[in-house]
Amino acid sequence: MMISLTIDGRPIEVEEGATILEAAKVANVHIPTLCYLPEVQAIGACRVCLVEIEGNRTLQAACVSPVAKGQVIHTNTDRVRKARRFSVEMLLSNHPFECLSCAKNLHCELQSLAYDLGIREIRFTGAKSGGRIDESSPSIRRDQNKCILCRRCVTVCQEIQSVTALFTQGRGFDARVEPAFDRDINDVACTNCGQCSIVCPVGAITEKEYIDDVWEAINDPTKFVVVQDAPAVRAALGEEFGYPPGTLVTGKMLAAARKLGFDRVFDTNFAADLTILEEGTELLKRVKEGGVLPMITSCSPGWIKFIEHFYPELLDHLSTCKSPHMMLGALTKTYFAKKAGVDPKDIVVVSVMPCTAKKFECNRPEMYDSGYKDVDYVLTTREFAKMIKQAGIDFENLPDENYDDPMGEYTGAATIFGATGGVMEAALRTAYEVATGRILENVEFTAVRGLEGIKEAMVPVEGLGDVRVAVSHGLGNARKLLDRIKNGEANYHFIEIMACPGGCVGGGGQPIPVTNEIRILRAQALYNEDAHLKYRKSHDNPSIKKIYEEFLGQPLGERSHHLLHTHYTPRSKF
Amino acid sequence: MSEEKQCQCAEIQEEELYPRLEEVINQHKGKGEDLIMVLHKAQNLFGYLPRRAQEMVAEGLNVSLNEVYGVITFYNFFSTVPQGRNSVKVCLGTACYVRGSQEVLDKAQKELGIKVGGTTEDRRYSLDVVRCIGACGLAPAMLVNEDVYGRVKSPHLVDILKKYE
Ligand code: SF4
Ligand code: SF4
Ligand code: SF4
Ligand code: FES
Ligand code: FES
Repeated sequence: MMISLTIDGRPIEVEEGATILEAAKVANVHIPTLCYLPEVQAIGACRVCLVEIEGNRTLQAACVSPVAKGQVIHTNTDRVRKARRFSVEMLLSNHPFECLSCAKNLHCELQSLAYDLGIREIRFTGAKSGGRIDESSPSIRRDQNKCILCRRCVTVCQEIQSVTALFTQGRGFDARVEPAFDRDINDVACTNCGQCSIVCPVGAITEKEYIDDVWEAINDPTKFVVVQDAPAVRAALGEEFGYPPGTLVTGKMLAAARKLGFDRVFDTNFAADLTILEEGTELLKRVKEGGVLPMITSCSPGWIKFIEHFYPELLDHLSTCKSPHMMLGALTKTYFAKKAGVDPKDIVVVSVMPCTAKKFECNRPEMYDSGYKDVDYVLTTREFAKMIKQAGIDFENLPDENYDDPMGEYTGAATIFGATGGVMEAALRTAYEVATGRILENVEFTAVRGLEGIKEAMVPVEGLGDVRVAVSHGLGNARKLLDRIKNGEANYHFIEIMACPGGCVGGGGQPIPVTNEIRILRAQALYNEDAHLKYRKSHDNPSIKKIYEEFLGQPLGERSHHLLHTHYTPRSKF
Repeated sequence: MSEEKQCQCAEIQEEELYPRLEEVINQHKGKGEDLIMVLHKAQNLFGYLPRRAQEMVAEGLNVSLNEVYGVITFYNFFSTVPQGRNSVKVCLGTACYVRGSQEVLDKAQKELGIKVGGTTEDRRYSLDVVRCIGACGLAPAMLVNEDVYGRVKSPHLVDILKKYE
């Protein structure tokens, strides 16, 4: 039922049950918020979104107050402005003012609120809460001194990711966001997905930065520094430079990488195509030889850590394929090193990823198959943008450039890896042709696209019968799927699981904010690119054919097994 | 005070309580919404919530340990340290505070080697603070179990504590 009310003198109609905040949006009225997180959390905690309702003595928090018929709401009275400002002043009273050196400087919601609300002096100074800095994780850094207890991280970690690595501990002045027993985040069951770092409005949770290490490698004349970037990066990096979400900036990104001083730019997409050949062959083998099914994808390291902690008994279901950037790292220090005549000990591989979990992944002891650390550093999309800014590069006016050989060529199948369902679609394109020996005419498997939490499809493949597949994104959905497997309710052959909602386009290292609307736009950019590429099936990639001829032999062959596959470690759920 | 040989009986008794906790948990298997109720029962069983009990509750109710601990630290009722045989409470109410009870408290923490809210390893003493026990005329005041002590000076403290085994 629609009900009518007035906001700032403007009569509007909204659905009953809507909040005042939602109604204001309809009326094009901006109400500032802080603890509110669209699609995830409305708890009315911070009191920044206060509004005045005629006939009501107290101000109401717009994010949690439902509209009522005939309400007359004011969002911009003197009283409202003062109250909002007071709420923010209270938050600032125990805040460390480190904006100039804070990782969130200019991207901080608290900072911009203080500015927007006209706070020009700090009227209240209370005791500082004395939180700690937790740098234990290779993926995320937590500075509890800056935490404003908005709980956004807790809600995302619990409700979207079903991990609950963080929780509000204690209360009152003692309240803090920590794991149990105030342990370090690296010592508990955290997946390193970084979703908390996306939603934290301040600098209390950020990615662990490796920018300085990368600069150092670039500046070292004895090092040969190779950079690679994942598909989701090119669909989002532009946002850091003012482009609308969904703008592909591949060419400029590569030009920027060269200007930064990288010696080669390879494409993680190349390795994504390789993954399809390895993983597709593995799947066909398991189906034919009665191996463990359903087989589950392994390219999302947040997901890998999740299953290691929470479902170690299902580890056999994982494909043994490394994630694409790890494959590319191992190949750079073997195949490429030899080809280019560079000593692998002098090569430094930097991966630019939409992901914080890959920072942990590249430090796993299993990831030294080239004889060296296969990938030396992982930077997030956000960190890469920071480097470009530090170098003073005029991003907008860069020419478009291309990837370097021999690991720069890619197909449309690889580029859609960045969106949920993309790996599945890419795998189906190849598996179909390999299994049937026939050309697949319609390569678009739209049933596995989009933001539905769990997607299912059935693909008839001659000689194999109906191949049943499922796709999920966000670890909460992964948990649901795994429970189905455990209870024997799932008879899929193949499952794609991505840790982050929306897949890598919504990864924990991507530009902030990330909403469903933005996830869709970024994914669309990748699907558009796929539609326009000459090659859309991984096995058609000429450079892939070449690397098998020159170096790898065949999928699942001995070299592949050694360099491109891995194993997993059961971990405690505490 | 800490040289004494530690008595192990507390731990032995505790060991026998875990099967009973298991029974309680089984009645609420997988029901995260019963968390507070189950923790309450566990606390009554053990007198506090040992880490192992927290882990069992987390596992059994299918709730993250980090959330379990969050709930425990939110409610004053729950305690993560065992209670000592003797409870020492120093009053920090206004009257006592102005007459130097903070000094008494500092001394108690130092003597016992624990912080407020803690229990000595031998479980002989637990230390807490209270706000006014109605003995303001005797400030600074403290309580050991049911016994009220007034005009406590920190040098007396050790003698008082010694009386309680
Ligand atoms: S969190 Fe925000 S307000 Fe706090 S120091 Fe960092 S930039 Fe400044
Ligand atoms: S990185 Fe992911 S799993 Fe770890 S605390 Fe953040 S949201 Fe939770
Ligand atoms: S760490 Fe960040 S997101 Fe989490 S409660 Fe603190 S301010 Fe909010
Ligand atoms: S945004 Fe509404 S109370 Fe925080
Ligand atoms: S203030 Fe200590 S007894 Fe009243």
